[in-house]
Amino acid sequence: MTATTERAVGSDVRRIDGPAKVRGLAPYAYEHEVDGSAVFVALVQSTVAKGRITSIDVSAAQAVPGVLAVLTHEDAPRLGDVAEELLVLQSDRVQYAGQPVAVVVAETSEVARDAVGRVVVRYDAQRPDVDLRADRDDLYPPEKLMGGFETDSVIGDVDAALAAAPVSVDVTYETPNEHNNPIEMHATVARWDGDVLRMWDANQGPHNLVPVITEAFGITADQLHITSPYVGGAFGSKAFTHVHQLIAGMAAKVTGRTVKVELTRQQMFSLVGHRTPTIQRLRLGALPDGTMTAISHEVVEHTSQNAEFAEQTATATRLMYAAPARRTTHRLAKLDVPAPTIMRAPGEAPGMYALESAVDELAEALGMDPVELRLRNEPERDPERDVPWSTRNLVACLRQGAERFGWADRDPRPGVRADGRWLVGTGVAASTYPTRRRPSQARIEAVPGKPFVVSIDASDIGTGAWTALTQIAADALGVPMDDVDLRIGDSRLPKASGAGGSTGITSWGPAIIAAAQELRDREVPPGGLTVTGSSGPGDEAEQYSSHAFGAHFAEVRVDRDSGEVRVPRMTAVFAAGRIINPTTARSQFLGGMTMGLSMALHEEAVLDATHGHYANHDLAEYHVATNADVGEVDISWVDEVDELHNPLGAKGIGEVGIVGSAAAIGNAYAHATGRRVRDLPLTPDKFFR
Amino acid sequence: MREFRYEKAIDPAGAVALLTGEPEGAYLGGGTNLVDLMRLGVATPDVLVDVRQLTSTEVEDLPDGGLRIGAAVPNADLAAEPRVRERYPLLAQALLAGASGQLRNRATTGGNLLQRTRCTYFTDTTMPCNKRDAGSGCGAVEGLHRNLAVLGATHEGPTSPHTCIATHPSDMVVALRALDASVRVLGADGERTVPIAELHRLPGDDPARDTTLAHGELITAIDVPALPWATRSRYRKVRDRASYAFALVSVAAALDLDGSTVRDVRIALGGVAHKPWRATVAEDALRGGPATEAAFAAAAEAELAAAAPLADNAFKVPMATNMITRTLVQLAEARA
Ligand SMILES: Cc1cc2nc3c(=O)[nH]c(=O)nc-3n(C[C@H](O)[C@H](O)[C@H](O)COP(=O)(O)OP(=O)(O)OC[C@H]3O[C@@H](n4cnc5c(N)ncnc54)[C@H](O)[C@@H]3O)c2cc1C
Ligand code: SF4
Repeated sequence: MTATTERAVGSDVRRIDGPAKVRGLAPYAYEHEVDGSAVFVALVQSTVAKGRITSIDVSAAQAVPGVLAVLTHEDAPRLGDVAEELLVLQSDRVQYAGQPVAVVVAETSEVARDAVGRVVVRYDAQRPDVDLRADRDDLYPPEKLMGGFETDSVIGDVDAALAAAPVSVDVTYETPNEHNNPIEMHATVARWDGDVLRMWDANQGPHNLVPVITEAFGITADQLHITSPYVGGAFGSKAFTHVHQLIAGMAAKVTGRTVKVELTRQQMFSLVGHRTPTIQRLRLGALPDGTMTAISHEVVEHTSQNAEFAEQTATATRLMYAAPARRTTHRLAKLDVPAPTIMRAPGEAPGMYALESAVDELAEALGMDPVELRLRNEPERDPERDVPWSTRNLVACLRQGAERFGWADRDPRPGVRADGRWLVGTGVAASTYPTRRRPSQARIEAVPGKPFVVSIDASDIGTGAWTALTQIAADALGVPMDDVDLRIGDSRLPKASGAGGSTGITSWGPAIIAAAQELRDREVPPGGLTVTGSSGPGDEAEQYSSHAFGAHFAEVRVDRDSGEVRVPRMTAVFAAGRIINPTTARSQFLGGMTMGLSMALHEEAVLDATHGHYANHDLAEYHVATNADVGEVDISWVDEVDELHNPLGAKGIGEVGIVGSAAAIGNAYAHATGRRVRDLPLTPDKFFR
Repeated sequence: MREFRYEKAIDPAGAVALLTGEPEGAYLGGGTNLVDLMRLGVATPDVLVDVRQLTSTEVEDLPDGGLRIGAAVPNADLAAEPRVRERYPLLAQALLAGASGQLRNRATTGGNLLQRTRCTYFTDTTMPCNKRDAGSGCGAVEGLHRNLAVLGATHEGPTSPHTCIATHPSDMVVALRALDASVRVLGADGERTVPIAELHRLPGDDPARDTTLAHGELITAIDVPALPWATRSRYRKVRDRASYAFALVSVAAALDLDGSTVRDVRIALGGVAHKPWRATVAEDALRGGPATEAAFAAAAEAELAAAAPLADNAFKVPMATNMITRTLVQLAEARA
């Protein structure tokens, strides 16, 4: 069944928020309250990663003209029962380098920063432990993984199957600490209007923050109003509450003023999370014809002293390929680091890098084409959950991708092609990302002669949600897009899930459709009519295994003198359900692939073993891909509508683009050079090992 | 960030007089390095004397066929200057390999010469660093040093006040070193000329000092002497991404051939030392010898024999060896 009239959905509509953004008329969080009334917050951060504060002298800072308040753990407002990682300025304990230990509020940001340098903090410091190794004796299994996944999964006798396998690989891959670097730095403007906390904030869904912030300040949901219509990128780093939002509330409370907090780029490396590094041992067994007999994927990753963040790194391995014996495990090391968080395709991005690299190594060991090997092991049903797929079109993606890329005449031998001094190779990898929906509500106000006001606390973090939801609403109401007045990004709008896990369209779209259906059955009286609709996960989650899939192909060139790596072309084909808007969808795939290229070639935050801080904490030293690094990118998708999952037939598209792209590049690197580099990123130095 | 005064002088001598009387002041060029360091609290001048409009923005011909480059010439203009492109391709290429378009528009020639190291412990005031905070030790030797020096560094352990393995980050200066440029400097006692070889120093036992300039000395211009065979020259920069990253290793080279014999050669390296590194060992080995890949490689290896890398930057030794070799091969082929 489909509720859409299919007029706007599927058509190439330009971003409706584009004109306002390019004219600077779309206000981002920090750009609110610009009437001169706001005061500014700057943070004093711990210079040690572990220990206790023995004294803080704020007198010199307090004496600077223009300073309104200096808060420390001794006098800051007490927070309610929030997660330990959020208990900012609540005790003398230091759990990571860069932890805020004092907060200055001043009339100008310059004065606030100046005063920060005058706060004298003494510590009783210990040497931090930030060393992730697979042979640590304190690794432990978390109770559950993020997303509610089981920590381990075992089917059959994996060790026996591996021992008996005629062909096998046993390889270990490592991925580094990585940091989200959206263009817009995290920012919050906060003010107390009586007992109501008013916030303008950069986040991935205001309702995501409500439980934590209300608990922290002992207020009800009615006493909190968060507005976030435009957000300049997030990738996961703005999904959850972080300390700066609580600091904003505290500073506003103490001073009675409107306060502005904006993190610096450097502060983002310690205060808004990171992707955990991973060490992943992959063992695959196969028959000589390529049929896999065993899959084992064991993950070691880190979490922090103040949080248990258990990334679901090997969960994609539970469903990618058929094999009778299979095992996945996750173990954590609790280190003196800031709390990790989600970063575009948490779990799948690092996990599929390892799995899809190992599959490539297995193909090499078998003397088999890596596309063929994947086709050979295509599972009929979800191999671990033993339920049917709602739709699974990986095979079509691989075949179409191979065709578009020109894979057929590929010479499989590694390290034999050159173009001048460039070593040339090609690689392939598969992609997947779960399709899910989350509870969401929408409201539509109809007044004759006026546009329909469609309200939902959805969030557009640069994805195109403003446009796609307007398209969906227009079709659901049977009107042109101009007759839809969409309102999103406000905690006073009907509660909806946040922008995360590629669930936006599958969650918000059906809620809007449900509300529109309410309206269609009724006559709109002259005075207007307001209807609501809601949607959420149903039986489909139990009955089916639902995922987007994709196939990546990449050409890699490695300079044999310098070790520099270039990716002149990438091809990807996705099977990601109904595509609501080809233009914005292509941008999502392209952004994901670019981020995957960046993960493959550049991104690594280096933890200093002595001091426990991220040593390269700015964009001059933490490299992300530049335009010059991105070559030709060919993106397409197969026709797929997954109405077994949701009435739109859509799947999430925000993350499937990054998953597998780093593996395709790594595989092409091995094909070019004849050498496997099993730890990302593929920087030039690694060529000289 | 410390509060500071902003001053303008009427002429270069006035600027020198101003700054000489301000022991904690600094000259301001384009500010693309200095202002960043001030915001980070690494540089804490109390007075900025703006010299961007004081020194020359002209590139003038010298009688010998060389060029005099005003200290205020923007990096972008210098890279685009036809005489530079014609006479010293390696200099134009080096400039274009640096930073980004916006930065090159803003950055000056004088400021580029004196930009400071990108060592991440230097730019983080919470970390030990002998260069920023003399005697505090060196965070880099046991920390992140993948892109630091392999030649001419001082390594006496993390707590020694002498240890420093920083690199000079400029691309332009590597080309100027190969060209034997000299720097015209105005001080309280008048003008002097400093050969570029003597401008930057190795850390020795005083890593806090990058250069031999005294406080208050103003760079007014750079003289690049004529080198007719520099028309066959190249700048090759290896970096972590295709654009907008500092050099891991760079090579500025010019080659003068007499048939298949090396008549003369200039080689300077970037990204490997506290100053632009002139590869004199390699040059001496090559002069008068055959222009073959084997000879280039042997000379490069001889140059790098003095390298004393740490674990994480050892790759620079083979990388630099390869890049010297390859750049010379390309220059030899280009001539044929
Ligand atoms: C993100 C980023 C990337 C970069 N990438 C590169 C790169 O890849 N390669 C590269 O080479 N560079 C790179 N740079 C550095 C850039 O080239 C320098 O910042 C620039 O050249 C400095 O010039 P300026 O005029 O802005 O100097 P300023 O910042 O104004 O000054 C620098 C220093 O020189 C002193 N000074 C300035 N003029 C004079 C003078 N006339 N006499 C005496 N002292 C003077 C100042 O007091 C200060 O100490 C990068 C910079 C940034 C921010
Ligand atoms: S290498 Fe030099 S600049 Fe870097 S921390 Fe050590 S002393 Fe400071």
